[in-house]
Amino acid sequence: MAIIERPSTVPALAGGGAPQFVTPSSSYGVFRRPVSSTGWRSWLFTVDHKKLGLMYGGAAMFFFLVGGVEALLIRTQLAAPDNTLLSASLYNQLFTMHATTMIFLFVMPVTTGFANYLVPLQIGARDVAFPRLNAFGFWCFLFGGIFLNTSWFLGGAADGGWFMYQPNANALFSPSHGVDFWSLGLQITGIASLTGALNLIVTILNMRAPGMTLMKMPIFTWMVLVVQFLLVFAIPVITVALFLLMFQRVFGAQFFNVDAGADPLLWQHLFWIFGHPEVYILILPSFGIVSEVLPVFSRKPLFGYKFVVFSGAAIGFIGWGVWAHHMFASGLGPVSVAVFSVSTMLIAIPTGVKIVNWTLTMWGGKLRFTTAMLFAIGLIVEFTIGGLSGVTHSVSPSDTQQTDTYYIVAHFHYVLFGGAVFGIFAGFYYWWPKVFGKMLSETLGKWNFWLMVIGMNLTFGPMHILGLQGQPRRMVVYPEKLTGEGFFNLHFWNTVASVGSYILATGILMFLINVLHTARKGAKAPLDPWDARSLEWLTASPPKAHNFDVIPHVHALDEYFHLKYEEVDTDAGPRLVKVKTAEELLAEQEANADEHIHMPSPSYWPMIVAIALPIIAYGIIFSKVLAVAGGAILLLGMFAWSLEPSVADDSDYDPPQGGAPSKELASV
Amino acid sequence: MSEATLAESHAVAHAADAHGAHVSPTTGLSNNKLAMWLFLGSECLLFGGLISTYMLYRGRHTGSPGPAQLWDIPLTSVSSFVLLMSSLTMVLAVSAAQERDDRLTCIWLSVTALLGSTFVGAQVYEFTSFYHEGVGFTTSLFSSSFFTLTGFHGIHVTVGIIMLMSLVGIISRSKVPGDKAEVVELIGLYWHFVDIVWIVIFTLVYLIPA
Amino acid sequence: MTTTEHIDHTEAHPETHGHKPNSFYIKVAAALAFITGIEVALYYLTLGAWYLPILLVLMLIKFLTVVSLFMHLKYDNRMFAMLFYSGLILAVLVYVAALMTFRFFDGG
Repeated sequence: MAIIERPSTVPALAGGGAPQFVTPSSSYGVFRRPVSSTGWRSWLFTVDHKKLGLMYGGAAMFFFLVGGVEALLIRTQLAAPDNTLLSASLYNQLFTMHATTMIFLFVMPVTTGFANYLVPLQIGARDVAFPRLNAFGFWCFLFGGIFLNTSWFLGGAADGGWFMYQPNANALFSPSHGVDFWSLGLQITGIASLTGALNLIVTILNMRAPGMTLMKMPIFTWMVLVVQFLLVFAIPVITVALFLLMFQRVFGAQFFNVDAGADPLLWQHLFWIFGHPEVYILILPSFGIVSEVLPVFSRKPLFGYKFVVFSGAAIGFIGWGVWAHHMFASGLGPVSVAVFSVSTMLIAIPTGVKIVNWTLTMWGGKLRFTTAMLFAIGLIVEFTIGGLSGVTHSVSPSDTQQTDTYYIVAHFHYVLFGGAVFGIFAGFYYWWPKVFGKMLSETLGKWNFWLMVIGMNLTFGPMHILGLQGQPRRMVVYPEKLTGEGFFNLHFWNTVASVGSYILATGILMFLINVLHTARKGAKAPLDPWDARSLEWLTASPPKAHNFDVIPHVHALDEYFHLKYEEVDTDAGPRLVKVKTAEELLAEQEANADEHIHMPSPSYWPMIVAIALPIIAYGIIFSKVLAVAGGAILLLGMFAWSLEPSVADDSDYDPPQGGAPSKELASV
Repeated sequence: MSEATLAESHAVAHAADAHGAHVSPTTGLSNNKLAMWLFLGSECLLFGGLISTYMLYRGRHTGSPGPAQLWDIPLTSVSSFVLLMSSLTMVLAVSAAQERDDRLTCIWLSVTALLGSTFVGAQVYEFTSFYHEGVGFTTSLFSSSFFTLTGFHGIHVTVGIIMLMSLVGIISRSKVPGDKAEVVELIGLYWHFVDIVWIVIFTLVYLIPA
Repeated sequence: MTTTEHIDHTEAHPETHGHKPNSFYIKVAAALAFITGIEVALYYLTLGAWYLPILLVLMLIKFLTVVSLFMHLKYDNRMFAMLFYSGLILAVLVYVAALMTFRFFDGG
């Protein structure tokens, strides 16, 4: 980080007590604090929310490609009847890991990346509340993801489906270590999510710029807040489930041993109590993104901001009372099924409110069909299709027919790909100039968008037909003679879906080409290319290390817009007139810059503590000694972390006294 | 994890102290304390899940001893009492810390850790005696869920003891980064939480017959 | 924040810190110990149908006493209470609902 400015000579007072000067180099004796602000060290040991946000995004995109390749393999296998490309065992591993990767290693971390990068900027803060915890969360996610994927090379990946039903995932039916890797890996990424959520909630509650009341917060920040609350309360539930699973498989506990009288529904309940809030964890950040994008490209404020906020919160709340609709076919009994059926129908209401609000935001606006806007509109359309098939699931008799068929696969890909992923891509195109200072190519962007739209509808649309015709999920091969005839021929629609998946992949490829193209010869982005509305655009692009030269004072929702535009009365009624340009606003910031900005300092410990976790996890699977070693690293790392002040002492920031920097100073 | 949040110190507060009020927290509340309460709220769902698992499975132990045969209520009552009293000594430590009396703070923290260790010791004794009566971790659904629930609680107490002892060491060498009284208070919150979880476990698991 | 004398400090914010004399905490602890004594005594008495509800009420009293007084939630900012109780209430609702689907409470 290291804003090397001489701090104020007033000693920092710690909590009203006597001044405490703790020199980092003397307290812990192992390492001196890292200080690099350039080069790879500046990334590895950073606690800067922007760098961490980018690393979240980059790592998540890597896993997106991994999960994408897995999807293509699945579709290739199913492209033709009696296909022998993949063995049944490998196929099981592929669909399990495809889902696990896309959910836990792509959508969750990439939205965390957006949140990490943008929330402090949107609320006018200089960093998050717990910068080192933030770094720890990132490393946990990355190491957990890598750990999970090393199972491919260590005897095979998990093969029980992403919800890993019991007793099917017992050691008896799944003898490889795959499920152990799965349970331990998700435990580690769960720690990442939990710490990230604690951090973001405290940041949003506590670090808003003066004047930014909750109802003046940008809508994306609002949706992030709701999601983090879901995470804080949902992660411990899956933690319990994963521990039970691990104890069952590794230590021989009885939890899911039906011979001993176990109830397999226990796993299903724990999993879906987590799992249903989880689907809102996946979709709500994208709802937040399109709620930012649509107003900007419609040149209108978001229609019914309060309704969008409250419906988001309502989704978050009702999302806790619908989990058993994933279990309608498991014999819950008529009362439970009826209750959860009704609650599931209820949750369509706040979701519908959002769709209406977005549509009315565009209504009568001056629409600009940029790529970001196209993706946002794409989300509205595709998500609505997925939402409608979702309503058919809430009707339990209908759901009983659809359970475990491709109809379900069609549904959740429409809401997750057409919803969550489209939102994420809208975010990429919208915020790219902010983050990198360069514009993504709009031409390639249009190719990207249209190939993805066509590809996804060709891939997932036919799955409705396949499912209603009875093709089961997780089916590795289908014989030619059972494919039927005419319009409902399964072979035909499976081939269409597979071709669609390749078109979809081409669309993703266009995005990657666009990124490379932009990095090499992309046009420099103007300061405010979209005429945006929220505070992140008030700083330079890419943002300065300390975000804002002066912490803004907020007076209104869409503060940045109101800084640029004022209402002027004319003969034809009140009109908005541009009173300041983005450049002028930035110049104002720079002219009044705070003098002594003291940013949190980089640290080795988050990464060291995080790396202890996969070591322990490998140890649990392979060797007790390794687990103990990992535990020791964990404990020592935590001690060192606890003893290290998060902001380096003033003396660390001293400029060299006369001449070249002394080595001592540079390494403190 | 909680230990990590504890000393994750006061970047903002620091800046606010030194450079004026314009970056002070919006709510005026401490970041650390907010995070700790949120973490405890989250822990409610963790222990809720473990307790529910136990409640579901407590009667399933065909062919091996169950709660009615195993419980040693006098022993558990005493250890519950010990843990309850450790909450008292913890709160006295917090008081002493707020009065900036380092010596007294350390004494009360040490007593708390000692009481906590007594509790863990009793738990180890209990587990061993159950094992000798033929009820191990893998014996039945009841035993797996019982050992998991109380084991998780015991781990929480142990982590608390480690934090208390570390805190004593750190305070006596004056190396607390940040607000000393607040660090004591945060660990106190964690400790009391562990106590209230035991209040629930004592009633639901031990006193209510399966 | 710049006050160095603790006397000023505690007098300035008596509500937010919930700073009570030690004797108060000792009395609370004595009450908690007393309730625990009752609980154990009830275990050895045979109360029949009343046993369970009484026990649950006593548990709740102990729980809330520790949370409100020892953890200062009663005197502290309401935000803390909201965060903690939302987790607690959610946990109770969700898990009770889950146990209900197992017909856990049907036997009485």
